Amino acid sequence: MEHIRAHVLLCAGTGCISSGSKKVEAAFQREVARKGLIDEIKIVETGCHGFCEMGPIVIVYPEGVFYCHVKEEDVAEIVDSHLYKGRIVERLLYREPISHEKIINYNEINFYKKQKRMVLANCGHISPEVIEDYIAAGGYEALGQALTKMTPEQVIDEVKVSGLRGRGGGGFPTGMKWEFAKKAAGDQKYVICNADEGDPGAFMDRSVLEGDPHRVLEGMAVCGYAIGASEGIIYVRAEYPLAIKRLKVAIAQAEEMGFIGKHIFGSDFDFKVKIKEGAGAFVCGEETALLASIEGQRGMPRSRPPFPAISGLWGKPTNINNVETFANVPQIIVNGGEWYASIGTEKSKGTKVFALTGKINNTGLAEVPMGITMREIIYEIGGGILNGKKFKAVQIGGPSGGCLPESMLDLPVDYDSLIQAGAMMGSGGLVVMDEDTCMVDVAKFFVNFTQSESCGKCTPCREGTKRMLEILTNITEGKGKKGDIELLQQLAKNIKATALCGLGQTAPNPVLSTMRYFMDEYEAHINEKRCPAGVCSHLSGYSITENCKGCGLCKQVCPVTAISGEVKSRHSIDQEKCIKCGACMGKCPFKAIRKG
Amino acid sequence: MKTLEDLKKLREQLQSDRKVRKMSSTQVIVGMGTCGIAAGAREVMIAILDEIAQKKLEDISVCQTDCIGMCQQEVLVDVVRPNEPRITYGRVKPTDVPKIIAEHVVNGRIVEELFVGKIEQ
Repeated sequence: MEHIRAHVLLCAGTGCISSGSKKVEAAFQREVARKGLIDEIKIVETGCHGFCEMGPIVIVYPEGVFYCHVKEEDVAEIVDSHLYKGRIVERLLYREPISHEKIINYNEINFYKKQKRMVLANCGHISPEVIEDYIAAGGYEALGQALTKMTPEQVIDEVKVSGLRGRGGGGFPTGMKWEFAKKAAGDQKYVICNADEGDPGAFMDRSVLEGDPHRVLEGMAVCGYAIGASEGIIYVRAEYPLAIKRLKVAIAQAEEMGFIGKHIFGSDFDFKVKIKEGAGAFVCGEETALLASIEGQRGMPRSRPPFPAISGLWGKPTNINNVETFANVPQIIVNGGEWYASIGTEKSKGTKVFALTGKINNTGLAEVPMGITMREIIYEIGGGILNGKKFKAVQIGGPSGGCLPESMLDLPVDYDSLIQAGAMMGSGGLVVMDEDTCMVDVAKFFVNFTQSESCGKCTPCREGTKRMLEILTNITEGKGKKGDIELLQQLAKNIKATALCGLGQTAPNPVLSTMRYFMDEYEAHINEKRCPAGVCSHLSGYSITENCKGCGLCKQVCPVTAISGEVKSRHSIDQEKCIKCGACMGKCPFKAIRKG
Repeated sequence: MKTLEDLKKLREQLQSDRKVRKMSSTQVIVGMGTCGIAAGAREVMIAILDEIAQKKLEDISVCQTDCIGMCQQEVLVDVVRPNEPRITYGRVKPTDVPKIIAEHVVNGRIVEELFVGKIEQ
C-alpha cells in the first residue's frame, strides 16, 4: 500500500539540468526502486531554486535537508543512508563560504535567510508541469477573486494602490499602464508578456517561467480582465526552450481546467494565450520593436507616442508588461494592494529578483525587498567576493545600467536611487567585479554588446555607439589620446538625447558610470599607457620593481629569455620579447614583479 | 472550474497530498540504525504508516533517526507531541503500533509498558 512519508525535490531548471540533474533523477528512480521504497518516497521535479552555483540541488522533505552538487554516483548513498536509515549524508551538505559551517536545513542557509521570496515563492517548491501543485499553493485564487468579486476598475485600483512598477527596467507604474489600456477605445485589446530577457548575465524571467509558469499566466489573465482584452501573447526568446516547453504545458493544463478559455469562473470573461517565439534580438525587448516582431516585421522600434496602450499590436490598444511584473499580480489581488505597498521603500514597492553573477561566492537568483543595500545583497546573500579578493564594482541593469564603486555599496536598491547614482534597476542583472577587472574593458564590453544589437534605424545609436566603441578599443590598445575622454562624454550626451528608443538612449550609461567613478583608470590607459588591473593585453606588461635582489630566478623561468640583469642587481624585462605569461611573477620570492 | 468554492475544495484536497513537505508538529520517529533494522524497524515503520493512513490521521510526520546507542532496546520509536517531552518506546513490535498511535499520538497518554525514557524538549 502506498503511504508517502518523504518527498525528494529535484531541481530541473536550466542551470541544474546542465549540471546533470536529469541523470540524478534517473538514479533516484532506480535506487528508490532497488531499496523497495517506491511506496514511501515520492520524487518531484521542480523549477529553479535560484542557487544555481550549487546544482544539482536535491531537497528531502519533511526534514527539508538541502543537498548540493549531487552527482549520479551520490544518489545510492542518499537513498541508503538518508531515505532508508534516516542518516543525513553530511558530505553533501552546503557549507557557508566564509565560516565553512555545514548547514542542514534549506531555510538556514544565509543565501536564503536574507531573501524575501514572493515572486519566487513556488520556484523550487512545486512541480512547474503539474497544475495541481500550483493550485495547492494557492494558485488561481487571484483570478477567481478578480472575476467573481471585483470589477475591472477595482482590479486596476488594487494594482495602483500596491505601487507596483514595471520590473522590465523602466519602472513605470503598472496600475497606470493598465488604466491607459482600459480607457483606450478599441474592439480588440491585447495583453503581451515580454519575456525577451536579453541582458548579459540575467536569467530572472527564465527562472520564473521555468519554475512557476502558471503564476505568469494568472497575472496575464487578471490583466486581460482589467483592461478588457481577450487575448494574451507571450513573447519569449527561442533560446529559452525549457521555458517555452513548460509554458506550453501550463497553457494546455489551464485550458483544460478552465482557467483559460471561455466563461472563466462562470463569468463573461474569455481569455486565450499563445506563445510567440522571438529570434533573440536584444532590441526586441523594447516594446515597439517587440510589437513589430510579433506582426512579422523586422524588430525595429518606432517613435512614441502613440504608446502601445493606445495603438499597439495591429494598431489595437495593448498592454505590455514584463514576466516578473505579471508574476507579482496574483499576490496583490489575493493579499491586497496595501499589503504589497507595505513592503519596500516609499517609491519602490515590493521585492525585486536579481540575478547574481560574476566574481561572487553564491551566484544565483535572489529576491529581496526594495530598499535593501547593495552591500547586503553582495556580502550577506552573495557570500562575498570569490577567492577573498577585493570588491571593485557592481554592474547593475545590464547594457543600459552602470557600474557602481565600493563607495556606493550602502546605497538602497530602488528605482530612483539607482538612477541618481548613474545606474538603473534594469531587469535585475547584477554582475560583481573584483580587483582584477579593468573598468575601461567593462565599458567596452557593454558598448560592444549594444553596438552589435543596435537595429540601425536611427543614426545616433547606429553610428554613435560604433564611434564610442572605436575610441574605447583604441584606449584599451594603448592608442588613446588626449581629448578622447571629452569626445566620449560628448558622444554619450548626444546619443542619450537623440536616440530613438531605450536601447540607444541608455547605451552610453556603462561608459558614463565608469568614467564617473573610475576616471583614474581611463587616465592611466591614455596618459601612462598602463592598465592598472592588468587586463588589457596591449598595456599589461610586467615590470620589475626596486624590491629586486637580483637573484636571477625570474631569468631562469622566463620561457622567452626576455629578462636580463646581473646577479645582485635589479633585473629588467624586455617588453618586446615578453609574452605576458606571468611565470616570473609566480617565481619571484621578493614580490618584485608588478603587473599592469 | 466554475466557482471560487470549487477551487477552494480542490485546493484543500490537493494540499493534503503535499503535507509531507512540511514537518508536522507531531512526529513519530523510528530508530533506523543497523541494529534497529535488524530488529525489525522497517516493519514497525510500515505498520506506523499503515495505521496513520487507515485512521486517516493528519498532521503527523513519520521520520527516521540513527542509532542512539540503546541497541538492546531496539526497535526504538519516539513520539513528539507539541510542547510535550519526547517519549521513547523500546522493543516495539508491529503489533504494538495501533496502541501507541491511539493512546499516545492521538490522546496524549503514555503507553507505560513500552516506555524506556523521556527527553525534555
